[in-house]
This record gives sequence, C-alpha cells and structure tokens, in this order.
Amino acid sequence: MLSLEHITHSIQSWLYGSFNARLALGIEFLIVGLGAITLFAILGLVLVFMERKVAAFIQIRLGPNRVGPGGIFQTLADTLKLAVKEGLTPDGADRFLFNLAPFLVIIISMLALAPIPFARGFRIWDINIGVLYITAVSSLSVIGILMSGWASNNKYSLLGAMRSGAQIVSYELSAGFSVISIIIFTGSLRISDIVASQQNGWWIFKGHIPAFISFIIFIIAVTAETNRAPFDLAEAESELTAGFHTEYSGMKFALFFLSEYVNVFIVCALGATLYFGGWMPLHIGTWTAFNHVMDFIPSSIWFMGKTFSLIFLIMWFRWTFPRLRVDQLLNLEWKYLLPISLFNLLLTTVIAIMGWYF
Amino acid sequence: MNNDELKLILGELIPSGTVVESSEWVTLEIPYAEGKTIARQLRFTSGLDFDYLFCLTCVDWKTHFTLVYHFSSTMHRHSLVIKIKLDHNLPEMATVSDIWRTAEFHEREVYDLFGIRFLGHPDLRRLFLTEDWVGWPLRKDYEDPVNMIKL
Amino acid sequence: MFEEVGTTAEGDLVINVGPQHPSTHGVLHLIITLTGETIKNVEPHLGYIHRSIEKMCESLTYRQFIYVTSRMDYLSSHINNHGCALCVEKGLQIEIPPRAKVIRVLMDELTRLASHQLWWAAMGMDIGALTPFFHAFREREAINDIMEETCGARLTMNYMVPGGVMVDLHPDFQKKVKAFIVLFKSKIDEYDELLTNNTIFQNRMRGVGYLSKADAISYGCTGPTARGSGLSCDIRKLYPYEIYDQLKFDEITEVDGDCFARYMVRLKEMKQSLSIIEQLIDNIPSGDFQAKTKAVLKLPKGEFYSRIETARGEFGVFIVSEGGTTPYRIKFRSPGFSNLSALNHMAKGHKIGDLVAIMGTLDLVIPDIDR
Repeated sequence: MLSLEHITHSIQSWLYGSFNARLALGIEFLIVGLGAITLFAILGLVLVFMERKVAAFIQIRLGPNRVGPGGIFQTLADTLKLAVKEGLTPDGADRFLFNLAPFLVIIISMLALAPIPFARGFRIWDINIGVLYITAVSSLSVIGILMSGWASNNKYSLLGAMRSGAQIVSYELSAGFSVISIIIFTGSLRISDIVASQQNGWWIFKGHIPAFISFIIFIIAVTAETNRAPFDLAEAESELTAGFHTEYSGMKFALFFLSEYVNVFIVCALGATLYFGGWMPLHIGTWTAFNHVMDFIPSSIWFMGKTFSLIFLIMWFRWTFPRLRVDQLLNLEWKYLLPISLFNLLLTTVIAIMGWYF
Repeated sequence: MNNDELKLILGELIPSGTVVESSEWVTLEIPYAEGKTIARQLRFTSGLDFDYLFCLTCVDWKTHFTLVYHFSSTMHRHSLVIKIKLDHNLPEMATVSDIWRTAEFHEREVYDLFGIRFLGHPDLRRLFLTEDWVGWPLRKDYEDPVNMIKL
Repeated sequence: MFEEVGTTAEGDLVINVGPQHPSTHGVLHLIITLTGETIKNVEPHLGYIHRSIEKMCESLTYRQFIYVTSRMDYLSSHINNHGCALCVEKGLQIEIPPRAKVIRVLMDELTRLASHQLWWAAMGMDIGALTPFFHAFREREAINDIMEETCGARLTMNYMVPGGVMVDLHPDFQKKVKAFIVLFKSKIDEYDELLTNNTIFQNRMRGVGYLSKADAISYGCTGPTARGSGLSCDIRKLYPYEIYDQLKFDEITEVDGDCFARYMVRLKEMKQSLSIIEQLIDNIPSGDFQAKTKAVLKLPKGEFYSRIETARGEFGVFIVSEGGTTPYRIKFRSPGFSNLSALNHMAKGHKIGDLVAIMGTLDLVIPDIDR
C-alpha cells in the first residue's frame, strides 16, 4: 500500500542520490516549508468551515450552503475577501510591533507542527524532547498576544490582551502537569516513543484512572489556552473589550484568525497522540484478529480521525456553555485544576512505580 | 382600609387637604408648601404606610399646573392620589426622592417636559431631551414650528 | 451633553456602554465609572428613542392612541393595547362581552409567553451561551404564526379596541394553540436542562445584583424584577381585571433577590401562562367579540387610571379628559422606567460581566422607557 512513509523515503533517497548533501538538505527544507504552509492553509479552510457547520447544526439551522455544493467553498470566499481588504494601522500604534505580532503568532503555530506524527513515520522532526518542545513553543504565543494588545494603542485591546495573557499563562500549568502524567508512564519525551508505547492499547485505557483524570484536565486547560469558549472572554466580551485583535483588519486579521484554529488543531493533535495513540490503530491486548482488521485502516486516517473528534468536542463546548467571568476563570485554574493535577501527578507516580497499569 | 376609612384618617392627619372626587381612589389636594411634610407623614405613619409611589406626573391646565402623585401601600393594599396645584409663575416643588427613590427619575422627567423645578433633587437634569434644548415640550403653550405639526 | 469620557480625578476609568451595543436591549447608553474591574457608578442616559408619544396622543382620538403603545413595549404589544382599551372602557363605562374578555386574556398570555421566550433567548446570549437563542426563537415562531393568522401582524398587533377585539378569532386558532401547548410543554424542560441547571450559568447569576425587598419598593420596581425580591405585586392577582379572578394560577415570587431569583420567576411564569392558556382554550364562550360603541368616542370629563400586568410589570395608563374626542393629557407609566432606576443600586461593586447579567434579568425594552 502506498503509505506516506514510502513517499517521503523515496523522495529523500532520490534527492540525496541526485544532489550533494547540502543542496539536498536545502531542497528538503524548502519542500517541508511549503508543505507546512499548505497544510496550514488547508487546515484553516477546513476548520473554519467545520466550525460554521457544527455551530449551525447545534443551533438547528443549516450553515453556509450557497457557495459551492453544500457550501464547501465558503471559506475560500472568506479568505479571498480578507486578502483584498484594507489593512489599517491605527494612528499612534507602534508600527513595528503592530505589524510583527500576527506573523509571530503564525510562526509559533507553524513551529509547533514539527514533531507531530501525522502517520506512521511521517513527521518533520522527531526531536528527542518532542513534548517539551511543543509545550515550550506554544507558550511563546503569549508574547504575540501581548504585543498585539500593546501595539494597538487602544485601552480595550490592552485590557483584553492582559486578560488573555493571564489566562494562557495560568492554564499552561495544568496542561503541562497533565502531559507530564503520560510522560511518567512512557518514560520518554520523544513522541515516536510515546506512540510506540501504545502498541497494545491507548494510554487512556491503559492508564485507567490517572490517565482519565489527566485527560479531562488537559481538555479543559487547552480550551482555555486557545481562548475558546467557555473561556473566550478576551474576544467575546464585546460590550467593552473586543479582544486583542480589534485593530487588525485584512490579511493580518486573517493570520490571527487562522492561527487560532491551527492552535486548536495542534493541541488536539497532541491530545490524540498522548492519550489516544496518535496514528496507532485501536489494538485490544491480544485479540490478534481484531488487531489485524484495525491495521488495514491507514495510520493517517486514524490520526486525523482522532484529532478531528477532539476538535469536534472542543467546538461542541463552544456552542453549549455560557461564558465564565474572568475571576471565575482564574479561580477555576488556581483553586481547582492545579491542586487536582498535582494530586493526579502524585497518583500517577505511585501507580507507575508500583506497576499497577496495563 | 377602604376609601371611607382612609378619608377619615387623612382628614384628621392632614387638615389642609381637600378631598376631590375624581376617580375610584381617594384624591387629596394639598398646598404645595406642605408637600414635603405631608409626604413624610404618608410614608411613615403606621396604618397608612404608603411606601410605593407608582406614578408621578403633571398636567398643564394653562392657568396652573397640577402635580399628580399616585401612592399605594404594599402592606395594606390601599391607594391614594395626591394633587398639588402649582402656579405658572412659580413652578417649584420640594423633592420626594429621598423618601421614595423612584421619584428621582420621575421628577427628572417632569422637569424635562414641564419645567417644574424640584428643590433638593440630587441631580436635576433633563432626562430625555438634550441638555441644550430650549423650552418645555409638554406644556400647552409650547411652540416648535420646525418639529411640531399641528393637526 | 455627555460626560467627558476619560478618567476622573481619582484615576477611575469612565467608559461608555452603548447606545449601540451587541447585547442590545434597545438604545441604552450607560456611562460606567470603573475602578479596575469593579463598577463604582452606572448612569443611564435616556432619550435616544424618545418620540414624545404622550404629546402626540393629545392630538389622537381615543380609538387611535391605543396602537401607539404597541410601539412602546413592542414585546407586550397586545398587553399594552389592552391596558389602553381598559382605561377608555373605564371612562365610557361599557361592559365587554365574555367572549371578548376570554380572547383578550388568551392573547395577553400568549404575548407574555412570547416575550419571556425572547427574554430567555437574549439572556443566554448575553451570558455567552449562543445556542438557546435559536431554540427559544423556534418556539416563538409558533406563537408569531398564530398571531399572524388572527391579527395580521407578528410584532405590533393592532387588535384590541375599546369594547372588545377588532375581528373574531381565526377558525384554526384553537387547533393551533392546542398544538402549541403540546409542543411547548416538552420544550420548557429542555430550557431548564440547557441553561438553568448549568453550573457556569448559576455561578454567573447567583449572588449577583442583589435587590432587597425594601429597595424594590422604594425604587418602584414592578413585575418579575420586584417579584424576584419577594414583593408580591402581580396586578392579575391584586387588582384582577377581565376574568383573571376566575382562573387558577399562582403568583410566582422568590426571596433571594439576586439575578438567579429573577430568572427563575420568569421561567416559572412561562409555565403559569401556559396553564392559563390551557384552562381557557377549550372554554371560549360564543357571542359578540366587540361591544357596541359609537364610532367617535368621547370620554366624560375626569381622570381615569387603569393598570395591567405586562411581561415586564405594571403598565399604567392615566387619562385626563376634558370631554372632547382627544385626551387632554395621557401619561403612560411604564414598568421599565422604574426598573431601570434600580440598576445603579444593583450594579455597584460588581464586575463588568455582572452588569450584563443584571441588565438581562431586568428585561429592559428601551422604547418602553423612553416613550
């Protein structure tokens, strides 16, 4: 079967065969870069459309259904519109920072794509500190947000950016602790090791109680990290603070908008990798026949299926729950989630040492 | 308390008031100089306890104004109408907004539309119209050739 | 005209909310003084939709002025019209036929239900839950369709006349209302599941915007706003009109006085309205739908006050008549006017997000306040 692994291997061997090592590496960089940008663009299009359709069906209406069959070209039309819109820089704004912020946010999102395994053997860079790399890089996004809020020269953007910054920084702790619980089980930060360790079952089943608790905390924390409802007060408290990206229009706004959705994709991909086995098919212990059947489905389908299920879950949250007030949000993190995650960490360690997991 | 009992008690309490026959409720006309004291009496006398001011308005009778206050008691469920005559040349009245907080807005509205000044009001400004509006629209002699179309 | 928006001497922030804003209840302009995130003072600026209705009515006849009130509180248009018609009938001292009474009460209760549904939708939207909006509007469409068949309009139904109603009920009215009752009974439990029992929602509403009973009385609050603080003020029970004294329904009061109490009052009122409609729908008496009145109405000299319970509270119509064909002075006592005056008192010391919750539970319709 033509797997993505084969394709990358054949391209690599052809390149190294035809050109000298340095040039081949350079061309590889180019290919990977273009691939990442294309992935970004496609993901953005797909996710925005998915959000609108999911929202519509939850709200008993149809959603976009005019542009293209079933409305599939809607996002294309939207992106075109944003591209030709005028990009205003407000008077008195810090021009350099104002223009830099959206690019910073996008670059960070793209960087975090590096270690994520989209299929068996198909990832950009299997760094030995994979999980740490993703967590570290995504925490840089706070800088982009604060930068945009400050450089807008707008009281309300600044307020929104500060709130958003406080929110992201707080919830990173819980997310980090949840991730560490799985690392304790696997014993390695390298993502391919983590996926391989789920050969005989996904961590959410193998790790039973502590993994389950850690998954719940992880989902709550990443919803807050990506500024999604019910934690979206920074962008939806529209009577006062219209968020840190008020003053942006045109392509720069499109970049912010896009990076929010790609961030959701990244955290869901991380969740799928850590808890649901990444590209690993569903294997149940020693049921070899069942496992063989599961193996027929290509690994990229497994990965995308899991990630998109988690994305659907996060979208479901948005259209079901009301919004939290800012002090309730921070309360939730510091008084509830953090103690629970610390306790869970302890529990995980004890269980890992005792070997009481599958 | 029904209307007759009310008339009796009010007759004793407020000698300067005259009962006017006008609607299904007891209507008392009082002089404006005693307005504030009578208001306090109505509010704080046990047995009367008129704690709910549900309508405060003004009628322009071309020769004089009449302020109309509608009270009711949430405890005894009786109602009362108080009327105060004001002269055109001296449209002033003591505020009752310290006794019934709802009067703050109602008195501002009466000031805005009729020009009656309420002495002691914490914040007497126009309510609906802009600060620089000239004239008192609901008065019968209000002329506005630009905005008003007379039928 | 407006306060300088900027900073006060103590370094507090002064900001504008409105008159155009997304959690819109009409054109309400609030000037808020903030210390950090806490509200120090809320000052409403009114008049953006002041149309001097009271002055206009002085040149309209007694048949014409009734329909201007539809444009005041457009969500309770039947009830407003009903209030005006009651006042004129009080002046003319005419008896309304029983069929007209029942039709009027049915229309009132349907309107109350529709108004509360819209309130619930907007409440959810203000708090951030965007889905209940669509659910509530779907049920409201059923009521709008019923109204459209009989009255000809979906929002400002000019249906009440002094003496009764303008035209008879549509032949399908009973059938459609019965279908609606069955539909809504199942949905109202959904409303509870979707919003009321949600922890996030309760955290946003409990303990927020406390209004004590004494303050509610002093500020002249009425309707569900006052009933949420324990004040029993339902005009349908205290001063019954039409056939309300013959109907079985409860007056809902809650004692907590916070936003959640006001929310629960309205939710339970929806159920009560439904039960009233159920009691009446099979027992509409036959006969005239309108009493015989002259074409040109002249009220005798005097003053007449009638009060009616709209979805927001007590709506009072005060007519001063000099014996002519047009009133000498009309005063409309609108419920939102007094409820709004309590906003500053309720919002002091709370956060900005709480202000939105409080305004939602007050259920303000600004054209009603501004007249």
